[in-house]
Amino acid sequence: MSAVLEVRDLAIALPAGSDRSHAVSRVSFTVTSGEIVCLVGESGSGKSVIAQGIMGLLPKGLPVTAGTILLEGENITHAPPERLRALRAARMSMVFQEPMTALNPVMTCGEQIEEVLREHAALGPAERRAKILAILREVSLPDPERIVAAYPHQLSGGQRQRIMIAMALVLEPALLIADEPTTALDVTTQAQILRLIADLQSRHGTGVLFITHDFGVVAEIAHRVAVLRLGELVELGTKQDVLTRPQHAYTRMLIGSVPSLRPRTRQADANAPVVLSTHGLGKTYRDRSWFGKRRDVRAADDVTLEIRRGQTLGIVGESGSGKSTVARCVVRLIDPTEGDIRLSGQDIARLGAAALRPLRRKVQIVFQDPYRSLNPRRTVEEAVIEGPLNYGVPRREALERARRLMELVRMDPAVLARYPHQFSGGQRQRICIARALAMEPELLIADEAVSALDVSVQAQVLELLEEIRERLSLAMLFITHDLRVAAQICDQVAVMSQGRVVEYGPAASVFGAPRHEYTRALFDAAPGRGFEFAAA
Amino acid sequence: METPDARQYEALSVESAAVVRRESAWQRVKRNWSVRIGGAVLVVLLLVALIAPFLGTVDPTLFDAASRDLLPGQAGEITTLEGETVKHSFLMGSDSFGRDIYSRVVYGTRVSLIVGVATALLALAFGIVLGLSAGYLRWLDGILMRVMDGIMAIPAILIAISLVAMWKGSLLTVVIAIAIPEIPRVTRLVRSLVLTIREEPYVEAALSLGTPTWKIMFSHILPNTVAPLVVQGTYICAAGILTEAILSFLGVGLPPDIPTWGNVMAEGRAQFNEYPHNIFFPGIFLAATVLAVNILGDGLRDTLDPKMAKRV
Repeated sequence: MSAVLEVRDLAIALPAGSDRSHAVSRVSFTVTSGEIVCLVGESGSGKSVIAQGIMGLLPKGLPVTAGTILLEGENITHAPPERLRALRAARMSMVFQEPMTALNPVMTCGEQIEEVLREHAALGPAERRAKILAILREVSLPDPERIVAAYPHQLSGGQRQRIMIAMALVLEPALLIADEPTTALDVTTQAQILRLIADLQSRHGTGVLFITHDFGVVAEIAHRVAVLRLGELVELGTKQDVLTRPQHAYTRMLIGSVPSLRPRTRQADANAPVVLSTHGLGKTYRDRSWFGKRRDVRAADDVTLEIRRGQTLGIVGESGSGKSTVARCVVRLIDPTEGDIRLSGQDIARLGAAALRPLRRKVQIVFQDPYRSLNPRRTVEEAVIEGPLNYGVPRREALERARRLMELVRMDPAVLARYPHQFSGGQRQRICIARALAMEPELLIADEAVSALDVSVQAQVLELLEEIRERLSLAMLFITHDLRVAAQICDQVAVMSQGRVVEYGPAASVFGAPRHEYTRALFDAAPGRGFEFAAA
Repeated sequence: METPDARQYEALSVESAAVVRRESAWQRVKRNWSVRIGGAVLVVLLLVALIAPFLGTVDPTLFDAASRDLLPGQAGEITTLEGETVKHSFLMGSDSFGRDIYSRVVYGTRVSLIVGVATALLALAFGIVLGLSAGYLRWLDGILMRVMDGIMAIPAILIAISLVAMWKGSLLTVVIAIAIPEIPRVTRLVRSLVLTIREEPYVEAALSLGTPTWKIMFSHILPNTVAPLVVQGTYICAAGILTEAILSFLGVGLPPDIPTWGNVMAEGRAQFNEYPHNIFFPGIFLAATVLAVNILGDGLRDTLDPKMAKRV
């Protein structure tokens, strides 16, 4: 097997004034033909910078300062732009994370693939069309004739990613770089795309550099694994070696942080008082226009759930399944159209703003995006004491409570005076949790609260939530798309699909013996199921 | 008492290694060269306006028939209010009444800066109130924005001319007349910002913390519109200074005896061919001021606007 890509002692500098001098330093690895090498690391580890360096797409502020990059034996480290342009798509190509923004919205998919062919291959129009149809068939897109004429917005996320892959592979390059190609996709779509990449790669003998932060995906697709930490390669080896016998402490910590798919067995008290229950909860969005048809979208339909004190109910599902709609109805950020929501026995589904106000305190929510959950113009202290002040708690007492809460979420109370931009994602999420707890709620809703976090930080925040639930006997509603996270934190699990709850029961039985077809499909698609990661 | 458990803050320290220390907006603003240059020119102009009487000027309304149409640098004499005749060097020449153009231009800086800043503040104040209402109170939105569309359909200069014609020409009328056509633009900007910000999770979090609507508007939404509004404010300021000069030039602004750049230029218009300095000097000041304000605005936009910041 020949080396398609050889990276030797690569160093890429960061602009002066950054938190470290190099984005990447002393990184060496090879990708041989027919091999998938996974580059894993947390955010800021430099994995995408390496990909950009290879493709010659580095922004001006990030120059290659040392090392060499060999593509099929040719040194392309400082190759002139014309040479790189000739090599891109023809000998090396790239698939990006977000297929919607990577495709040009005003060109049909056919035109975009044709553009690649026109630039790099001397083919007549008929030959080009034949080649386009052939590659679309190869990436398993249904009805290629229709897809050729379709604009990106007319396709689903998975289909768009297939178009990206078709575009990348149409000239049969020796190297394919896939930068988080499945991160924006639902788990079932992700499984299909991963299978497709593995399929095409083995059929064409392409060398693949696969960049990901998800160890499940690594377990699914990699032959060899390279682990990056703050721009340095800490471990490189076969999948089996790295995932089951990690040598470096950092790799061990990362892999130990990957939640297991096996649900934890905790005896939940079936007689604990019910904090929140919904009966036949529904939310229909009505698209009304003066002319034309009325269009109803049922975002949530007949959702009946129950959460008991000190227990966690998880709602899992893919995007558009209605899980966040349920959460937002329960917090009454949106008004449900059907059914009722009972909070400690009282129906709050149709309460007006004034009647609802005293009850708002009891239900608090932590959102997904830590960067948008805190007002950038207000200090942490102002954020944490805002709620108590609204309910007439004296300022001095609210401040005292804020300091205690900061300790509870494992942060130094001195940070109360700072602004949110000084914190990392995980720290912000801790602050959001403190803000919610300041209200002394009975129910805490976590809407994808750990989804935007790196795996090691995710593990810490999950641990914190678990500890808080136990200590304060909180009821928790945990919304997630990540089955691994759900398995670790939930007592009860509700699986949602297209607005409906398709399966609902204790975590152990839902995970152990899923009854509904959709649940089984979802679990089958979970990347890295059946792979035994090294224990922490 | 025991010291805080080291493990307790472990999470904090592990993560803070990855925290990118981001500069505050103010630090970025200070380092921006456009802001520095534009700001420096404006500071100089502000000083000129403040210490105008000490810059070798005479009362800008004084004239002397003996010193008409002098060229820049020529010496002549001027009669004070007390009837005394004193020697005076006409740095920028004199106009056809024998008034000192240098003094008139220097004093004109006061009018221009006041008009620019006052129109910006007035337009922002009304625009913020109307924009917040339109963005947050959905029932008001339709009516309010159609009225704004209506105002925008009339040329700004035309509105200003009619308003000044209706009232008497004074500083206040001119400021109001220039500010009114700018209000719809600010309203639109604020409304669109409010519509985006009200969907932010931190606003929803405030809602679930039981924060009343007015407090959400003023302590969560409004502070986050400041950066784009500051930028917009500089553009209104520049436009206001220009519009004031245009109104004066057309003879519908401040009374002709008040020294404004537009008035000086209007006065010099008839003799532009023989004595171009009558228009040249106030023109240079006007151009420099508007350019400085716009450069400052560009610099502020580059540093404050999050959409631009991502490109850095």
